[in-house]
Amino acid sequence: MNAIEVDHLTKKFGDLVAVDEISFQVAEGEIFGLLGPNGAGKTTLIRMMTTLTVPTSGTARIAGHDIRTDADGVRNAIGVIPQAFTSDPELTAQENMLVHAKLYGVAGATRAQLITDLLESVDLIKFRDALVRTFSGGMRRRLEIARGLVHSPKTLFLDEPTTGLDPVSRTNVWEMIRTLRKKSEMTILLTTHYMDEADKLCDRIAIVDHGKLAALDTPTHLKDNVPGTDTVEAEFEGAPSDWIAQLQTLSHAAGVTQGDGVVHIASNNGPATVAALMDLARARKVTVRKVSVTSTTLDDVFLHYTGRELRDASHQVGLDVSHLYK
Amino acid sequence: MKLYRVGALVERDMRKFFRSPALMMVSMVFPLVQLIVLGYAFGGKIKSATVAVVDQDHSVESRRLREMFNGISVGPKTFRVVDYDSLPKALGDLRAGFVRGVIQIPYDFSRRYFQHDRPQVAFTEDNTDQFTSTSLQASVQQMVSSMNEPLVTPRLDSQIQLETVEMYPYVEYAKFLLAGTTSMSIFIVAMIGGGITFIDDKSRGLHEGYLLTPIHKSELVTGLIAAGAIKGLMAGMVLTIIGGLIVGIPRIWDPVRLMYLVLVVLVASIAMISFMFLVMVRVDDPLVPRAIFGVLNTLLFFPSGAVYPVEGFPWWLRWISIVDPFTYTVNALQNLTLKNTGIEGIYKDVLILCGFSVVMITGSILLFKRQL
Repeated sequence: MNAIEVDHLTKKFGDLVAVDEISFQVAEGEIFGLLGPNGAGKTTLIRMMTTLTVPTSGTARIAGHDIRTDADGVRNAIGVIPQAFTSDPELTAQENMLVHAKLYGVAGATRAQLITDLLESVDLIKFRDALVRTFSGGMRRRLEIARGLVHSPKTLFLDEPTTGLDPVSRTNVWEMIRTLRKKSEMTILLTTHYMDEADKLCDRIAIVDHGKLAALDTPTHLKDNVPGTDTVEAEFEGAPSDWIAQLQTLSHAAGVTQGDGVVHIASNNGPATVAALMDLARARKVTVRKVSVTSTTLDDVFLHYTGRELRDASHQVGLDVSHLYK
Repeated sequence: MKLYRVGALVERDMRKFFRSPALMMVSMVFPLVQLIVLGYAFGGKIKSATVAVVDQDHSVESRRLREMFNGISVGPKTFRVVDYDSLPKALGDLRAGFVRGVIQIPYDFSRRYFQHDRPQVAFTEDNTDQFTSTSLQASVQQMVSSMNEPLVTPRLDSQIQLETVEMYPYVEYAKFLLAGTTSMSIFIVAMIGGGITFIDDKSRGLHEGYLLTPIHKSELVTGLIAAGAIKGLMAGMVLTIIGGLIVGIPRIWDPVRLMYLVLVVLVASIAMISFMFLVMVRVDDPLVPRAIFGVLNTLLFFPSGAVYPVEGFPWWLRWISIVDPFTYTVNALQNLTLKNTGIEGIYKDVLILCGFSVVMITGSILLFKRQL
C-alpha cells in the first residue's frame, strides 16, 4: 500500500504556477526525496501535502486520508518538520515537547516517558530544561524532529532538514533519519537542494524544477540514465570554433555540454577520454587550463534532466543586483 | 471542541508569562504612574490664585466687601488678594498673566447700595483656564450672595432652601480615576498579549507549528483568548488592589466586593482580548499592532468616562462610548470601588461585556485562517 499518493497536484499564485500537475506515489517505509533548487516548488508541494496550503487543483492522499476532504485525518497521521524553526524559544525543550504532546492528545500516562525517550534519541536529554532560545541551529533542528515524532506518526515530512546546519550537525540529522526508518519503518518524505543528501538518504528521488516533475527514480537508475559512467570536466584556452564538435569524437565520449566556460564530457571510460583529450589539445595547439574526472553524480543527473546545473538554478532565483555595480 | 488542546495553549502562555514578568510589569507600571500623576494633578482644588482688587469707592461698604475677599485669602485660600490703585494697570497685569482675575468696586457702589439701585461689582477673569476661572467665579459669587443676605433674619423664612445630601464621602479625583486605570492595565495586557505577541509569533513561524497539529481553529482562538484573559485578570486585580490602597479606597479587602471585582475584571479581560484578537486576526506585519497602539488607546480610554463624564461629550463621542467595552468596564468598576454596590450595580455592564465578547470571539473564529 502507498503511504503517499499525489494526484495532479497544482498550486497557482495569481499567474505564477508554483506546482504544476505533479503526481507520484511513495510506498510505506520508503525514504523519498524531492530534489530541486530554491524556488522549484518543493515547499509549496509539501505544504499542500501537510494541509497548510489549499491546492488549486488535484489532490493527495496521505495514509489513506484525502488532504481536501479529511484534513484532520492527515494531520493526525503525519509528523512535519517545517523548514523554519517553529519551536517556541521562550519555552524549554521539555515544555515544547509537552505542549505538542497535549495538542495531539497523547495520553498523560505515557507522555513523560515518551518525551524522555525522544529527547534521549536526539541527544538533547541533558538540555531538557534549557530554554530553546539558547540552542544552536543543530540542536533546534533535532528538537524539531523529536517534537514531530511526539505522537508516533507513520509518515514524516521534513522540509529541507539540514539547511543552515554545519557539516557535523548535517551528518547527525542524516543518522537520525536512517535510524528512524530502521527502528519504526516510518515513511519519510524530505525536500532538499543538497545532492549528497538526496543521494545518501533517499530510496527514490523526484527532481522538481519550475514546479514540474523532471524525473523520478532511484539514485542509481537516475545516474544510469545519464550518458557515460564518468564525467570529464575541462577548461580550455585558445579553443577553435569547432572545438566542441571535435570533443564529441573523443574515445569513449558519450556526450558533450558546455556552461560557464566549463566543458562537461560524459564518458564510459574517463581516464581513456582524458588521454585522448590531451592528445587532441596538443595537436590543435589548445591550452588545457584544468581537467578532472569524476564518477556521475546527481549534479550530472540534474544537469541532464533540466539542462542546467543545480547551483545555477539556485542562483537564478536570487536577486540580480549586478546592474548596481555597472 | 477538545478542551485539552485549549488547555495546552493556555499552559504554554502561562509558562511564558510567569517566566518573564515583563508583561506584568509593563501592564501595571504605566497605568499606576498615570493614576498617581493624573489623579493628584487633576484632583486638587484651586489654591492661591492671585486676584487684583481695585477699590474705587473707598467706602465702608466697599471695605466690608474687601474684608470678605481677604477672608478667602486666609480661609479656603482659593485666591489671594492684591490691591491695585489703577484699573488699567490691573487689567494690563491680567492680560500679562500676573493675576487671574480683577475685581472692580466702582465709584458709585456704596451710593447705589444704600439707594437699593442694583449695586454692581465687576469681576473680569482670565477664562483661558476654565478650571481656575470657574473656581474663582464660584468663590466671588458666594461672597456677593452672602453680602445680599439681610442683616436681620426674619423669624419665619419664606425663601426656598436647597439642602444637598451627599450619598458618599467626598471622592478625590484619584479615586475616580482608579476604574479607568484598571481598564487601562487590562487593555495593555490585551494589546501586548493579544496583539503584539500574537503577530510576533506568527511572523516568527511559531504558529506554523500549531497549524500542523490537528487543532481546530475554534480551539486555537479560544485557547489564545483564554490565556490572555487570565493574564488580564491577574494584571487587573493586582492593579485594582495596589491602586486602591494608594488612593485610599475604604475596605478594599471586603471579600464580597473582591468577588464582584474579579467577575468584572474577568469579563472585561475577555471582552478586550477578544476585541484585540478580532482586530489582529488577519494582520501579519509586526509593525501594525505597534503602530495602532496609541490610536486604540486614545479611542477606547478617553470616550469611556474614565477621565471625564460621558454626559459632557458631543453626540459622536457618545456613540463611540456606547460601543466601547471600556465604558462598561469603567462604569462597573466605579460602582464597585466608589459606591460599593452589589450585583445590582454591575450586572447590566457584565451582561453587555459578555454579549460583546461573544460577538468578538465568533467573528475571530470565522475570520481566522487555518492555512498559511
